[in-house]
Amino acid sequence: MDNLDTVVAEAMTAVAGAETLAALEAVRVGYLGKKGVLTAMLQGLGALAPEQRPAAGAGINKAKAAVQEGIEARRQSLAAANIERRLAAETIDVTLPGRNGEVGGLHPITQTLNRIQDFFVRVGYQVEEGPEIEDDYHNFEALNIPAHHPARAMHDTFYIDATHVLRTHTSPVQIRTMERQAPPIRIVCPGRVYRCDSDLTHTPMFHQVEGLVIDRDISFADLRGTVDQFLKAFFETDLPVRFRPSYFPFTEPSAEVDIQCTQCRGAGCRVCKQSGWLEVMGCGMVHPNVLANCGIDSEDFTGFAFGMGVERLAMLRHGVGDLRLFFENDLRFLQQF
Amino acid sequence: MKFSKAWLLQHVDIEIATSDLVASLTMAGLEVDGVEPAAPPFTQVVVGEILAMEPHPDADQLRICRVGIGGDAQVQVVCGAPNARLGLKAPFAAIGARLPGELTIAAAKLRGVESQGMLCSAAELGLSTDQAGLFELPADLRPGTDLRAVLALDDEVIEVDLTPNRGDCLGVRGLAREVAAVLGAPLRDFPVAPVPAAITDELPIRLSAGDACRRYAGRVVRAIDPEAKTPLWMLERLRRSGIRGIHPVVDVTNYVMLELGQPMHGFDLGRIHTGIEVRHARSGETLTLLDGNAIELDPGCLVIADAQRTLALAGIMGGRDSGVDARTRDVFLESAHFAPLAVAGKARQFGLHTDSSHRFERGVDPELPLRALERATALLLEIAGGKPGPALVAEAKGTRSAPSVIPLRRKRLAQQLRLDFEPARVTTILASLGLELVEETPDHWRFHAPSWRFDLGIEADLIEEIARIHGYNELPSATPLLAPEIGPSRQRDLEGSRAVLVQRGYREVICYSFVPAEIAALVTGGAATIQVVNPISAAMSVMRPSLWPGLLLALRHNLNRQQERVRLFETGLRFGGGPDGEQRMMLAGLITGSREPEGWANARDKVDFFALKGDVEALLAALGIGDQICGERGQHPALHPGQCLRLRDSAGETLGHLGMLSPVVAGELDLDRPVFLFELSLDRFPAAGTATFRPLSRFPGVRRDIAVVVPREVTAAAVLDTVKRASGASLTEARIFDVYQGEHIENNKKSIAVSLTFQDSSRTLEDVDVQAAEAAVLEALAAAFGARLRGE
Repeated sequence: MDNLDTVVAEAMTAVAGAETLAALEAVRVGYLGKKGVLTAMLQGLGALAPEQRPAAGAGINKAKAAVQEGIEARRQSLAAANIERRLAAETIDVTLPGRNGEVGGLHPITQTLNRIQDFFVRVGYQVEEGPEIEDDYHNFEALNIPAHHPARAMHDTFYIDATHVLRTHTSPVQIRTMERQAPPIRIVCPGRVYRCDSDLTHTPMFHQVEGLVIDRDISFADLRGTVDQFLKAFFETDLPVRFRPSYFPFTEPSAEVDIQCTQCRGAGCRVCKQSGWLEVMGCGMVHPNVLANCGIDSEDFTGFAFGMGVERLAMLRHGVGDLRLFFENDLRFLQQF
Repeated sequence: MKFSKAWLLQHVDIEIATSDLVASLTMAGLEVDGVEPAAPPFTQVVVGEILAMEPHPDADQLRICRVGIGGDAQVQVVCGAPNARLGLKAPFAAIGARLPGELTIAAAKLRGVESQGMLCSAAELGLSTDQAGLFELPADLRPGTDLRAVLALDDEVIEVDLTPNRGDCLGVRGLAREVAAVLGAPLRDFPVAPVPAAITDELPIRLSAGDACRRYAGRVVRAIDPEAKTPLWMLERLRRSGIRGIHPVVDVTNYVMLELGQPMHGFDLGRIHTGIEVRHARSGETLTLLDGNAIELDPGCLVIADAQRTLALAGIMGGRDSGVDARTRDVFLESAHFAPLAVAGKARQFGLHTDSSHRFERGVDPELPLRALERATALLLEIAGGKPGPALVAEAKGTRSAPSVIPLRRKRLAQQLRLDFEPARVTTILASLGLELVEETPDHWRFHAPSWRFDLGIEADLIEEIARIHGYNELPSATPLLAPEIGPSRQRDLEGSRAVLVQRGYREVICYSFVPAEIAALVTGGAATIQVVNPISAAMSVMRPSLWPGLLLALRHNLNRQQERVRLFETGLRFGGGPDGEQRMMLAGLITGSREPEGWANARDKVDFFALKGDVEALLAALGIGDQICGERGQHPALHPGQCLRLRDSAGETLGHLGMLSPVVAGELDLDRPVFLFELSLDRFPAAGTATFRPLSRFPGVRRDIAVVVPREVTAAAVLDTVKRASGASLTEARIFDVYQGEHIENNKKSIAVSLTFQDSSRTLEDVDVQAAEAAVLEALAAAFGARLRGE
């Protein structure tokens, strides 16, 4: 059987020498195919004596199996190498940026407005909006600010004509809502407001969110609790909040609300003018005259209102030092939020 | 209101650190704006007296003074002040003295003559901006006395920012009342004795202005000393409240205003003819004010007049021709009550804001005029001598009406503050504020407000006072339980639109609602706009008729800062030009630059009309209203006539425009690259319908592509419309996948390739079905546009 061993050895050499799957297939065909060397040897068994056939057949079959196994091993190794080559060829720099993954963004004032609004909407307030060119009645008179009231001097007003102004606060939306809807009322009124003032810390247009709750048995305590919870939620910290008596013609009692300075934590710094406190909103119990102007009986219903400047809150939250940046709309600024 | 702490504490019996006083005032609603020392720190400055003076041998402007500084001590000082004179007493800073501005006095030689210290001006001590000469001190001061002690400079000036309702605190006495109540400290008595008349001179006073002036007190004082000087203590108090000394009569009236809160005026009696009348001005009357401005009066103005002419703008400012001056010997003091409405608005009308108008606009205690008159007379006599006439008081009939009764219900108080106060606590608090208890039952009280608290009128006012004195932060806090109520959200479209644009790379901007008139005109083609009567500047004078002017300005700002690719949007109101200023909620945006951001793998082509239109389509689709809105060629003054789409709803109403910025407008704005803009009326968007499910077909769809040649002016929309109408019920989609004009197509034609997808819900479509539909489509296109299949 030397011949058989030689054939197997030759076959194995050929298998090892096959560098591609096609070459390997040619080797397979050469030995194991219909006309292959080992196939021919099996077919040649008939020439042997019958008693020799089983042993010779077993030998050839063993040789076939060995070659078959060699081919299979080689096939796997060649396939693996193929995959390796492909993987290597397809390897890319995954650290390159993706295609057009850019998104835009909302203005920081809108983000802040949404943040404020979301808090109140979650606890059941409706969002109300109104006109920005407002009549004198809704902007002033109905809010208990008659002509020549000194409080009008606190509102440097832009005039459109003798009876129309650019609203100086979003309070007229409260009036319009109370005129339209019977209590209970709980609304927030976000929007642009205008004051004729322009310097380092004032822009002639800015944003407010005001809130109004009118119902039976609403108290000053409810106002305090609401404002306190809102501020803690907005600043995401249990920061000290204090109420200070103040004056607005449309509320009585009235209060200004201070939070502990977010920069110095109350120690005193430039931002809080060394006081340790920052004024963030005004509020109070709705004045009976305002309720009466809207046809609501102040014996049956009481309510509170509050208002805050959105720019102020955005500046505190994001550490923006210059109010005017909000309205320059410089992309380098907007992209930071 | 600025005031000296020491002055305040003369009226309240308490010792308190300034920081505690400031905290108490602020927490009582009298917000302290600032505290500053009455004078900047300086040391070793004493009263000096010029005992001898001789010229400097080498300098005409300098003199060599021998200055007495107490006891026998004398020093030699070289001084250049023009008012240096023998016997003058002035502040002397010794060698080693530290003065404001980091200045330390050292021995020096001036032009060869030794100087052992410095005689000071008020400015050098930080007490004034007046650098004219040495600070002249009263002659009766003893040389060597420490100047800080003499002037009581170790004091602080507190500035309170008073709310408009607290006019009663625009005087030290009023503040003291408040501080006493807040701190529970005793208020010292401050009696003002009537000044007995020394002469009988009177001046007739006539009140002819009804409610505008119901009480007017006045007094003649004759023969004051024209040489008299206002004492230093008074000047110092005035200075600490920010008022300069002018003339003893003026200084006294200012002082009484600061002390009691009653604005007063001093006339030169010699310039008043016959008598005083308080009346409304007559049309055409004029008045030259103390500040030199001549104003033309109208019948809305309240004036003080004599028999011949107007003398003063009542409660605001005196007239130049009736005021006191250095020659005045006889004066007439005015202490009147002018109603807030008589003064309010008038000062502003003439561009004035005076200490007097500030107080009268807020209201002054109507019981003050006579008291203030007596106080001012006494001070004037003390300073300038003179012979007082009798106090004259003119009153309109019925002035002394009973104070109004303010009720307070215990239950209401407890309900509003969530705290059931002890009745004694309630009455104690209100008594401390000067309210008089007139009735008490277990359920309620009734009070009279004091004359100075004219801001108190209703129950809510008393509840506030109780809360304020009790301390807002000592009151309970609660969370209201609001019954849940779910209403429709009107914010959906707004927030949804913003989200789509943000996803597509747009940055939101917020532009001013007022824009330059010329840009508004460019964008609207000169349509009427709404003007602001009193704009901040010409560039902010017109209410935006569209959101585009702001967006274009923001674009220019960014292009000027090397941004190449800009995608902006804004939401907000725009203001129509009609009389009602039609205010509509708009959504607008613009794009310029490359379609994708610059990147190694990103497309580099520039944005075009269809890039913008794709964004708008995505927006409408996301809102679920894409199929309710159609587009057609439109016209807009700001847009390129060949690249302008008008969006309309099913009723034909315009919902907005999009397109390329007209090259003419771009040129005007110095924009050198194509810009594409859209603007949509957000508040006119149709409501999104509720989607209704259609069963999914289990049978395969068949696609057919056709390319037809049509005249160039035929629009894609018209082709699609015809295709859809002609293709029968089984067409599920028709999509334009190619548009071509050029080689192989006649000059005035174009090829439009449409893919048609047919699918039936009940069976597999046969070839014949599809061929029939396709043929119908081609026939319809041929009939409508003369279309033929491309290549035939």
